Amino acid sequence: MDILRFTTAGSVDDGKSTLIGRLLYDSKSIFEDQMAAMEESSKRRGDAVVNLALLTDGLKAEREQGITIDVAYRYFATPKRKFIIADTPGHIQYTRNMVTGASTANLAIILVDARKGVIEQTKRHSFIADLLRIQHVVVAVNKMDLVGYDEAVYNRIVEDYKAFASRLDNLIDITAIPISALNGDNVVDKSNAMPWYQGPSLLYHLETVYVGGEHNHVDARFPVQWVIRPLSNEWHDFRGYAGRVAGGVFKPGDDVTVLPSGFTTKVREIHTAEGLLEETFAPQSVTMTLATEIDISRGDMIVKANNPPAVTQEIEAMVCWFSQTPMAARGKYILRHTTRETQAVIRDVRYMVDINTLHKVEGVSSLAMNDIGRLALRTAVPLIHDSYRRNRITGSFILIHPGTNETVGAGMIL
Amino acid sequence: MPDYNLSHLDQLEAEAIYVLRETAAQFRKPALLFSGGKDSILMAHLARKAFWPAKVPFPLVHIDTGHNFPETITYRDEYVANLGAELVVGLVQDSIDSGRVVEEKGINASRNKLQTVTLLDTIEANQYDACLGGGRRDEEKARAKERFFSHRDEFGQWDPKNQRPELWNLFNGRKHEGEHFRVFPLSNFTEMDVWLYIQREGIPLPSLYFSHEREVFLRGGSLLAVTDFVTVQPGEAVEKKVVRFRTIGDATCTGAVESAAGTLDAIIDEVAAARQTERGTRSDDKRSETAMEDRKREGYF
Repeated sequence: MDILRFTTAGSVDDGKSTLIGRLLYDSKSIFEDQMAAMEESSKRRGDAVVNLALLTDGLKAEREQGITIDVAYRYFATPKRKFIIADTPGHIQYTRNMVTGASTANLAIILVDARKGVIEQTKRHSFIADLLRIQHVVVAVNKMDLVGYDEAVYNRIVEDYKAFASRLDNLIDITAIPISALNGDNVVDKSNAMPWYQGPSLLYHLETVYVGGEHNHVDARFPVQWVIRPLSNEWHDFRGYAGRVAGGVFKPGDDVTVLPSGFTTKVREIHTAEGLLEETFAPQSVTMTLATEIDISRGDMIVKANNPPAVTQEIEAMVCWFSQTPMAARGKYILRHTTRETQAVIRDVRYMVDINTLHKVEGVSSLAMNDIGRLALRTAVPLIHDSYRRNRITGSFILIHPGTNETVGAGMIL
Repeated sequence: MPDYNLSHLDQLEAEAIYVLRETAAQFRKPALLFSGGKDSILMAHLARKAFWPAKVPFPLVHIDTGHNFPETITYRDEYVANLGAELVVGLVQDSIDSGRVVEEKGINASRNKLQTVTLLDTIEANQYDACLGGGRRDEEKARAKERFFSHRDEFGQWDPKNQRPELWNLFNGRKHEGEHFRVFPLSNFTEMDVWLYIQREGIPLPSLYFSHEREVFLRGGSLLAVTDFVTVQPGEAVEKKVVRFRTIGDATCTGAVESAAGTLDAIIDEVAAARQTERGTRSDDKRSETAMEDRKREGYF
């Protein structure tokens, strides 16, 4: 059994809560006491039917105002897979929440109302999924029951979507499924109402879509997280480098370079509490020992000697701004990347993206909350990085305000 | 190319170890909150793995209501001795004696809520700047919005509407003097994952989790055990039943379930078929619709 992490995009009107509720309910992941609590809350609020949104909207303010504030994580499992849903609200002001949910997702479900077709919101969600390099997108054309399960309506929407998606860079795998979340058509079981649809049900697709290619298994990257020195009699001279493999495969005997110092050595052993490993790959957490004693500390990176990442102080990146306080032009922020923290100064805003039209807006000097733009940054020490396109772990960073300590931005290195 | 895929338990383990090491690296003085329940046992097990062959570089902290099942304390002391870690105990009784908190009155009196004050006092007295907790997002709706690295202000309060966004595996543990963090390495484990992992790793658990005969009585929909800490009211019938506990907390608010599951295999079958959440046995969650959020805002676990 493995894990599929997916995010759902769409507003309440698109039936997103209903869809999640149905996936959880039909996979028996909603418990009787949760159902009873929801029924009681719905009754008290005067809702006509049980409001499945109450399952994910757990905070007091959300329940009072009937809105989703933040990313909620939900879990369910079938005999084939464990699923983690990052449920994010779809309104325009919540771009930052969708970016957050998408950052750890393998797949995005984008809900389209069959009566409305591909609208601005669909494009916005697709752009974010593409920007965050989610490999698989499911276009769930919902409310098919309200258009008489009409094949022509569905086909037109799929054509519109594909025409639009051809303008995006990265979306690799797009699967369209006609559903009715309310009636359960094509959600868990194939629907009898749409005999013209030959594809899988949504759950079958989620259970079987290939996610093995999520991690980069080519470029060996090991950001050092913590140095382990037991200083005990048994492990007197042990000096191990603990971390989580961010890419590629390491084996004992491999020639490696330690960055930024540039010293070269060999991998001696790969330790875990269960014993030695013959190889390690992303996203395993292990402890490495090296053949020679080199001064290595947190923030350094061990890489294969023949395949180094970039080491530069000048970075170009797509950045989404998270803070209510707009980015300061030429502002200085703390930048956290892999296990390294340094200072960064914003040198230039190359352009901002209008996420409704996907047009580039030039001549902008700052980004406000939920804006996405391309920035040029300079860091105080070199970043040991790959492009985000090549490696999501070594290509991503966050920006932190040095005064408030808030996370104010998220960046993807170009 | 070989198939470099990890099973779901291996992925969860690698993630939790990463979070534990990040905590050691980003904070000056972290501590691991250890209740003797299965989640904190699992977390301590992962902490041993994360820093092996060195020792776990932080103490285990138990906030003790004094209303424990004796099995929990026996287990705690043996477990900590095996781990070779330091144990710090914060006593709710001390907070009561010093007048920091007042014992609740009435038949449903519980020290569950009082623990928050003892916890925050223990954090302050020892100057811990990060406390690792075994909370999981699948446990409760307020926890579903919790971060791995969760900020607490100088009063120990959680502000759920104003949380730091958490992207990729980049955790922001920066804080001002006097503030601290709660860190939840098991965020993505579900109850089932916890049991499957405990089975796979062969982690010994307190006997309370396995079925046994015990005197219990029904109150507010929960089967409470007869202990020195609760007074059975007239009209409440005490019966001997074969029960076990799905969660272990303060004896005054942790309900038992009728169960014949005496092995991990049987428990896993039971969890798979369960139609009630595990916290359905916790009367502390039933005090209001947002009881967990309210307590967490004040600084609860």
